[in-house]
Amino acid sequence: MKAAVIVFPASNCDRDIQVALRQSMGEEPIMVWHREGTLPKVDLIVLPGGFSYGDYLRAGAMAAHSPIMREVVARAGRGVPVLGVCNGFQILAEAGLLPGVLMRNATLKFVCRDVHLKVEAANSIFTGGYRPQQVLRIPIAHADGNYFADDRTLDELEDEGRIAFRYCEPDGRISSEANPNGAQRNIAGIFNKDRNVLGLMPHPERAADPALGNTDGRALFDHLVASLGP
Amino acid sequence: MMRARVHITLKHGVLDPQGKAIANALAGLGFAGVDDVRQGKYIELKLEETDRERARAKVDAMCQKLLANTVIENYRIDLEG
Repeated sequence: MKAAVIVFPASNCDRDIQVALRQSMGEEPIMVWHREGTLPKVDLIVLPGGFSYGDYLRAGAMAAHSPIMREVVARAGRGVPVLGVCNGFQILAEAGLLPGVLMRNATLKFVCRDVHLKVEAANSIFTGGYRPQQVLRIPIAHADGNYFADDRTLDELEDEGRIAFRYCEPDGRISSEANPNGAQRNIAGIFNKDRNVLGLMPHPERAADPALGNTDGRALFDHLVASLGP
Repeated sequence: MMRARVHITLKHGVLDPQGKAIANALAGLGFAGVDDVRQGKYIELKLEETDRERARAKVDAMCQKLLANTVIENYRIDLEG
């Protein structure tokens, strides 16, 4: 299996993703600078977290128009799995690969802590390593994670089972108290229509190594590798 | 030479926590009677284009593609010169 991690100016989780992928794949992912116009043939593309272009204009807005994104959008359209974490999710939304937008947190504060997530849809290449309704503990670290879309889009996401993760209480209850950023309907991660693109605000790559005290994120990478071949 | 002034504002119904924080700060400073605050962005562009119609079309395309996110934002273009 071959994976590419796209590196934007001010990406800062690219190495974390690299380490998590290496651990699950047993092989180095390719690191691709955003100015590249071409991408080698890969089975998985990851847009990492960070603060691409200093979050100028809107988080992810500039990176969404980086030269490499034309290729990422084309590959996604051909069914290549694309994972966007945190800033990667913001970029996917700005690029139009996922609906909606990530707005400033309702509290106006940068939030950096563990949250509980409910796996709402385990029927995807990303989430197949989890049980439906399983509760995970995964860290978040963002100022713009407040997911917004109009009601019609939100209903569509619900009806099509495209909400991947929701912020929840440790026992799985969905409550406004468990919502760290004001995201509509507690949404933490969503799929595109074909379920080959996932964007999520929490950082599974920061919870994939026992040395960090939490491995709840590891199944996401392991399942990708199991599905896409060794 | 033409100048385009672009005002980008949050759509009606989109929560604006920054606007709310500004309203609270104004109240804290003793400015009474402010019912609501909505904040937005202002972008000024100097264009080589001299034809108004073409300039407007160009800036409109810029707004659609980059300057505004039309999921949450409206924009208004004023041309001068």
